[in-house]
This record gives sequence, structure tokens and C-alpha cells, in this order.
Amino acid sequence: MKEFFKKYQNYIWVAAYIILTVLSFIFGFNPGKSIFTNFTQSFVEMITFVPFLFIIVGLFDVWVPKEKIQQHIGQESGVKGIVLMVLLAMLQAGPLYGAFPVAYLLYRKGASIRNIFIYLGAFSSMKIPMLGIEIGYLGIEFSLARTLVSLPLFIGIGYLMEWYLKNRHFEVRDGSQ
Amino acid sequence: MSSNAIIFITLSAVLSGVSFFLDRKKTLTGFKRGWKMFRNVLFPFLGILILVSVLLYFIPPNVISQYLGANSGVIGFSIAALVGSVTLIPGFISYPIAAGLIQQGASYAVVATFMTTLMMVGVVTLPLEIRYFGKTVAITRNVLNFVAALIIGLVVGLILGLIS
Repeated sequence: MKEFFKKYQNYIWVAAYIILTVLSFIFGFNPGKSIFTNFTQSFVEMITFVPFLFIIVGLFDVWVPKEKIQQHIGQESGVKGIVLMVLLAMLQAGPLYGAFPVAYLLYRKGASIRNIFIYLGAFSSMKIPMLGIEIGYLGIEFSLARTLVSLPLFIGIGYLMEWYLKNRHFEVRDGSQ
Repeated sequence: MSSNAIIFITLSAVLSGVSFFLDRKKTLTGFKRGWKMFRNVLFPFLGILILVSVLLYFIPPNVISQYLGANSGVIGFSIAALVGSVTLIPGFISYPIAAGLIQQGASYAVVATFMTTLMMVGVVTLPLEIRYFGKTVAITRNVLNFVAALIIGLVVGLILGLIS
């Protein structure tokens, strides 16, 4: 029963909302009606741009070869290494904890400590699908300002971590323990 | 139709056209992948839209602007930074919340702080992070990112205040 709820949680939530809204309209429950007006507005806002964003993301996914970039990680250092790391991070999707296994892979491939932390920073806030949705909801000015302020800070954190972990025998583990 | 819709529809149409011209098969694969990703987020997304609609109805705008608005000062920042660090809302569906907050009077600085801590600091996922990086490094990374998030919030708020 508990598992059933967990699995269908999102559907149950939406179904319950639809039922309550229909009841609100039948019985003339005003808060229900106002909430529905709010919902319609945000739904229209969402459905008129998010599906198109995913078309763009899907096309990016097939045209920009993530694997190819990954091959160069570790060999390139300096500015080129940083640019590649940020680019690779931007092509990913998903929550930050999904980036830890990738960080381990990059470490095994010889990426520097600095670049691994730059990767985590860029992963957390510059993924293309997320930037798209951010522009849609908060505007291009917000997105640009946030990205341009964040980027130097991540790079700074990368350098700071490298300096801090020098001679400390730091290694990224595979997460199994 | 909103300007958002126009921009995204135009951009996706142009890109699809170019892509289709270059490689039909690849384009269709891209559409399929995009559709799959969209399907995965659709229901969680609808859930959040419902939640935001309900909250916007029950929380009056003056409460939001009092605690998260331009004059909320340290309190607004603290609330945003703490809530953002502790909660685990997928980045993707947190944007409707952020947009709702701004619409109801929250300041850009506070929202930027909230979004950035949400993305960069993970208290809930710390045990997992420790497995990969060890205790000291994981905690250091989170603390550094927390500080960075505060700076980002302040500077973004400042920049947007200047241009608007």
C-alpha cells in the first residue's frame, strides 16, 4: 500500500486536485475556484514553453557528443581544461548527487582536483535544461546575472580546494562505502 | 501568447528545421529523447504548480514581501539560505516557486539566494557526498558553496536592482 502510494504519488496528487476542483465548481466553493484560476494561469505559462524547451534539449543531446568531450578530460589543462569541464557539466541533467559518480569517473580519468570542483559547481547551476527553464520563469536578465556571477566563484572554489587539498592525499572514492 | 512561448517555439522550430535538414534520423531520436525527458518531469511539475497555486491563495502577498521582500534584510536572506540548503527540491521544478515568490513581492536577491543554495548546497545529501569525497572535503565544499550562494544572491540582487 505504502509502495503503491510512493509509486503513483504524483498521479494521485493531480487526480485528487482535479476531483476537488470539480467539486468546488459544483458546490460553488470560491477558494477552490480562485486556486483553479491560479493553476490555469501557471499551467498555460508552463505548457506554452516547456515542451519546446525539451525539443531543444533533445536535439542538443543528439548533436553535441558528450562522450567526445569526456575523452579529452584530463588531457587538457589550463583554461582549455576549465572550459571543457564547464561545457561537459552544462550538457548534463539531474540533481547534484547524480554528479558525484561522474566526479569519480573524471578523477579516475586524470582530471585535476581543481577541475573536479569546477565541474560540480557548473553542474549544480549551469545545466542547459535548467538554464532554459530559468530563463522562461525568471527572465534572461536574472539568468545571465546569476550565471556570470556564479562562474568566477566556482572557479575560485576549484582553486581554493586544490590549494587546500595539496599534500593531503585527497582522492575521490567510488561511493561504495 | 507570452514572449516566452514565442521565443521557445521559434528557437525550437529553427533548430528542428536545421537539424532535420542535416540528419533526419538524428532529429527524430532527439525528439524522442526530449519527449521522454518531458514525460518524466510532467507530473512532478503539475504537482508543484498545484502546490504553488494553493500557497499563493493562502499566503497573502504582504506576508511574502514582509519576510522575503526588498526590506526584509538579514531575515529574508537567512530564511532563503536555510530553506534552500536543507530542502531537496529538484532544481527543475523549483522555478515556478521562485517565479511565484517574485510575483508576490519577494526580492530578486532573496530568490537568487534561495535558488543558489538549493542548487549548490545539499544538507540532506551530505552523507552521500561524504562517501565520495570524505567528511572534511564534503563539509568544506558545502560551506564554501553556502558562502558563494550568499555572495551570488547579494550581487545578483544588486545588478537586477540597477538595471530595472
